[in-house]
Amino acid sequence: MLKITKNELKMNAVKARLAALEGIFNAKSGHPGGSFSATEMLCYLYFEQMNIDPANPKMENRDRFVLSKGHAAPGLYATLALRGYFPVSDLATLRHPDSHLQGHPNMHYTPGVDMSTGSLGQGVSAAVGMALAAKLGGADWKVYAMLGDGELQEGQVWEAAMFAAAKGLDNLTVIVDNNNMQIDGTIGEVNSPYPIDEKFAAFGFHVINISGHCFDDIEKAFAEVKTVTDKPCCIVMKTVKGKGVSYMENNVNWHGAAPNEEQYNQAVTELKTALAGLEEIVA
Amino acid sequence: MSEIKLATRDAYGAALAELGAADKKLVVLDADLAPATKTAVFAKAFPERFFDAGIAEQNLIGVAAGLSTAGYTVFASTFAMFAAGRAFEQIRNTLGYPGLNVNIGATHAGISVGEDGASHQCCEDIALMRTIPGMTIINPADDIEARQAVFAAAKTDSPCYLRFGRLAVPRVNSEDYKFELGKAVKLKDGGDVTIIATGLMVAEALTAAAQLEIEGISAAVLNVHTIKPLDEEAVIAAAKTGLIVTAEEHSVIGGLGSAVAELLSEKSPCRVVRVGVKDTFGRSGPAVEMLKRYGLDAKSIAAAVRAAL
Repeated sequence: MLKITKNELKMNAVKARLAALEGIFNAKSGHPGGSFSATEMLCYLYFEQMNIDPANPKMENRDRFVLSKGHAAPGLYATLALRGYFPVSDLATLRHPDSHLQGHPNMHYTPGVDMSTGSLGQGVSAAVGMALAAKLGGADWKVYAMLGDGELQEGQVWEAAMFAAAKGLDNLTVIVDNNNMQIDGTIGEVNSPYPIDEKFAAFGFHVINISGHCFDDIEKAFAEVKTVTDKPCCIVMKTVKGKGVSYMENNVNWHGAAPNEEQYNQAVTELKTALAGLEEIVA
Repeated sequence: MSEIKLATRDAYGAALAELGAADKKLVVLDADLAPATKTAVFAKAFPERFFDAGIAEQNLIGVAAGLSTAGYTVFASTFAMFAAGRAFEQIRNTLGYPGLNVNIGATHAGISVGEDGASHQCCEDIALMRTIPGMTIINPADDIEARQAVFAAAKTDSPCYLRFGRLAVPRVNSEDYKFELGKAVKLKDGGDVTIIATGLMVAEALTAAAQLEIEGISAAVLNVHTIKPLDEEAVIAAAKTGLIVTAEEHSVIGGLGSAVAELLSEKSPCRVVRVGVKDTFGRSGPAVEMLKRYGLDAKSIAAAVRAAL
């Protein structure tokens, strides 16, 4: 039994894209591509999966999330805002010097952010440390870390993976946002990390392959994660970079660029149309 | 100075075990160097709170950071080269930027690593760590200071870099010495020059000052165990002697000498002569021989004073 309906999850994902997009448009910079590929998973984690309390962001026994691909910060911020950690209107201050919403996540500035990230390859290690802390203290919190597929080129990811499996951290789930693109091209063209699932399996993870935009898949994946003991899990989710905005989808130019006004208006229209369709289902 | 000679890394391991008995939230990590860094002493006493990351220093720092977010006081150890060097960016971004409560116990710093040679002789760590906002850097002079520095670092809730040596060094402090974080210690008065030293160069500075005294040169000796935050008041007061000679087992670029020169050129201009590793890589050889070869001994400090007066 889900806490909210799948349709509500879908609506939240669209709303999160709208809020993230507004922030990026106002800031005239940011990373829409990788924010939008991760949106469904972020919404599922915060609205469904994780034991958290937006009114008490530092709750001791909360589940932890580390956005190792920290450039997807607008997606995370939008999700946290929709979940009630802070007003959605704060997204308008994204990337402003005095905003709590910096270009990449800061655990002290933003309520709900569990680890400061941004430099790729480092988040999984921190998540491993958190999972180890739970084991050490006999706590039952879970730790989730999301990383990009291009990020798998960072050697530290594999140092962390080796260690997590060696310590049997079954309270850790690593999620790979496999949108297949990085700044210099497709991940296959640049420096292929494929086969991603086999690599994590070889490192000692229980691996689950899903579509990252399908809430049924995501739900099933976490149900499977729950049954795994003595080893960490890795969810490899196939996603579309720039998902939800037609001209951004599968276009690497939208990795780290803000839309101009015309493009922004078109994106808003597309997303609002999608939202209206979902609202109709409710009505 | 006492006849007793001990390596600061030995005091580090013993202090960790001592602290671990009192503080159940103390966790120690190493990267496959536990017998050398002496964290093995802690590991033997508290195996459940010791984690070996293996030969993976970047992950070592990240895991330490994650543990600290759950309220643990973490010490993470490896050689200075692989902590400050290999994992610099992890320390900068995953420890320094969030200001997490992780203490880096970096051993085998400097030329006195000896026979392992240049690849392992880290003379750049102080320079690297100084650039990270909020990082505390402690370079103890002897075992007594090292033990108390570990206790002091454990009490802070921000990142600390503790620099320890492999070589047994003479005691410069008495048993009743009281270490104060960020407070330099004047070990000897003098009117002609102040030798500002850190780490194993403090003992060398005292020997140099005694020799200079015989020659009629009155040299004060200031032990700066905490390089960051620097005891500005003590350094500015030292400038009143009109000449400063700094002494460190580190590159003359970016370390104690630089910190002193930067401060004094802004606040109390005074000639500063830096004794340290002169922008060069080391060689393999016995530690004491290497210290002499690279001018990191009493003789070189005294010569620097004579040349500058």
